[in-house]
Amino acid sequence: MAQETRPKPVSIAYVRTAPPAQVAPPMTAHGPLRWIKENLFSSWFNGLLTLLVIALLLWIVPPLLRFLVIDAVWSGADRTACLPSQEHPEVGACWAFVREWFSFFIYGPYPVDERWRVDLFFVLLAFGTGWMLWLNAPRRDLGALFFFVALPILTVLLLRGFPLLGLPIVDTTKWGGLFVTLIVAAVGIVVSLPIGVLLALGRRSDMPAVKLVSTLFIEFVRGVPLITVLFMASVMLPLFVPPALSPDKLVRALIGIALFSSAYMAEVVRAGLQSIPKGQYEAAQALGLGYWRTLALVVLPQALTVTIPNIVNSFIALFKDTTLVFIVGIFDFLRTIEIARIDPRWATPVTSFTGYAFAALFYFVACHLMSRYARGIERRRSAAERR
Amino acid sequence: MKRVVIALAMAGAATILATPAAAATLDDVKARGVLNCGVNGQLPGFGMPNPQGVWTGLDVDLCRAIATAIFDDPTKVKFVPLTAKDRFTALQSGDIDVLIRNTTWTLSRDTQLGLNAAGVNYYDGQGFLVPKSLKVNSALELNDAAVCVQQGTTTELNLTDYFRTNKMRLKTVTFATLDEALKAYDTGRCDAFTADASALYSVRPRLSKPDEQVVLPEIISKEPLGPYVRQGDDQWFNIVRWVLFAMLNAEELNVTQANVDEQAKSQNPEVKRLLGTEGNFGEQLGLTKDWANRIIKQVGNYGEVFERNLGEGSPLKIARGLNSLWTKGGLQYAPPIR
Repeated sequence: MAQETRPKPVSIAYVRTAPPAQVAPPMTAHGPLRWIKENLFSSWFNGLLTLLVIALLLWIVPPLLRFLVIDAVWSGADRTACLPSQEHPEVGACWAFVREWFSFFIYGPYPVDERWRVDLFFVLLAFGTGWMLWLNAPRRDLGALFFFVALPILTVLLLRGFPLLGLPIVDTTKWGGLFVTLIVAAVGIVVSLPIGVLLALGRRSDMPAVKLVSTLFIEFVRGVPLITVLFMASVMLPLFVPPALSPDKLVRALIGIALFSSAYMAEVVRAGLQSIPKGQYEAAQALGLGYWRTLALVVLPQALTVTIPNIVNSFIALFKDTTLVFIVGIFDFLRTIEIARIDPRWATPVTSFTGYAFAALFYFVACHLMSRYARGIERRRSAAERR
Repeated sequence: MKRVVIALAMAGAATILATPAAAATLDDVKARGVLNCGVNGQLPGFGMPNPQGVWTGLDVDLCRAIATAIFDDPTKVKFVPLTAKDRFTALQSGDIDVLIRNTTWTLSRDTQLGLNAAGVNYYDGQGFLVPKSLKVNSALELNDAAVCVQQGTTTELNLTDYFRTNKMRLKTVTFATLDEALKAYDTGRCDAFTADASALYSVRPRLSKPDEQVVLPEIISKEPLGPYVRQGDDQWFNIVRWVLFAMLNAEELNVTQANVDEQAKSQNPEVKRLLGTEGNFGEQLGLTKDWANRIIKQVGNYGEVFERNLGEGSPLKIARGLNSLWTKGGLQYAPPIR
């Protein structure tokens, strides 16, 4: 209202009455170009690095794609399909070979008629892991019971056999392939965390005996390569104990791996415990909490959260270390590929590369999934802390 | 608590006492119902599983033959894949009953390891692979040649010895693994590639031009491969060695998987003794009279097993060579059954 009563402003030529039309910011200040400038060419040195990386990618990616996809052989009955011929002067990866041997990579020499048992194991394992890893899942206490108690028992009954239920015994020398890799990794991961926590607590304990034993165990196992532990477990053990008492070859390797990874896990967890300020313990004591409740309610949740990246790091390392069980004669996933690649029916110049490419793909996907999951957990935790 | 410990200790002691010493392997195997056989897990033609998980190979079939002689069932074998490092401890500790894993028979193994070789099921030896384009017909023409070889093996040692004794100049190109050495040979870094002859045949298809390669006739080392057993159990030693001999004798007498039933009616005294229609030779070994008959019927004679795993019936296509019967110019010779 007030505006209307005011006299109209005198028109002065050099004063704008209307805002000017908006001009787009310069090309280099917004949009993709700006992104490129800021992220790739922010200085001459970064620009040089960018060019180098692009050159490297151009050098690696196209030949890789050509080998793995474009020139690859997807079907065939034997090695002749993967040999250079008139219409196929360049031969890439021989996926036909992977296809023929695929079931061996998954089951190893497990008897063909009994392989459904391994499939069932995969389903149970996926179900249990999903239940445990999905943080919003209902009744996770039941899930834990299933995963840590029911699943191991079911696995042994199912894979090893239980004649009373009509499941013939399949000796562990006939186990192999992907499912053995999963078993070895799962046992290592599941066993190492609780034992590692106990060892870490033991090492920080005030009781000298507990402290000495924990420290000795950790330092001894960490001071020895995994290969040595496996050799001790599988070659020396049977010489000391009578055959009737000596455990199965796979069990020996599992014990070796579990002990080894526990020692490493103990040091990871100890680092987390170290990072918790003394005030937290004192505050818990002031509230009247005892030792175990202080640990369970105050210290461990914080310590484990801090160490999640390191814990996952050791899990990934352990997952790849499982390939070492081949030296005690267990056919893990990588070993089944190594066996298949020397099959004279498929022997060609590209067979070995194809086998190893397939193995690389598998290990990359598995490890990448693990690290993605860990990143998700970390984000969730840090969001919870900010709240 | 104390009582539990004592009970456990007594149980442990009882088990140790109940475990027989080295002797009576046959009884152990019979009681167990299955033969534990140590094999190579990844040597084509000798011991390796196929995509369906079924074990195949010359060594594997010898395991099956032993199981068949004992149980009349070639499936009653547990194949234990072993590496070169843990094979002897596995046998010494009783994890396996017999080791058939392309193991070379040497004096030190017979004396120092407490083991005995029970025969030779494959005469191997080190050979040379050269491109046809080199136009070389004998290893003696390899003067000044560059030879690709795996490092730190007896193969490397044999190579230098051979060249020195024949007063030839040698350029060795060594690699940590067989694969690398093969790759280098394939890309033309060497004139020749050397390894055990059986290995030469099995790696040849991995080369880019396998048809243009030739294995030279000279074999420069002796690698007799055979089954090993523990010392101190002569009955078991005899069973293993005579199973092999029975397979060789069967080939020599032309008793095959197909004609074994017909041959059982033969009047030839040697065939009759082999197949158990005359005498009780199987029983003398602790087996049954028809032990050899079972082996031939269910596994085959030596020649059939060879053809199936290594010869024309296999992708390896290894010539019989030294492994021909003595009647055909080879070294395979079995003492008579009588």
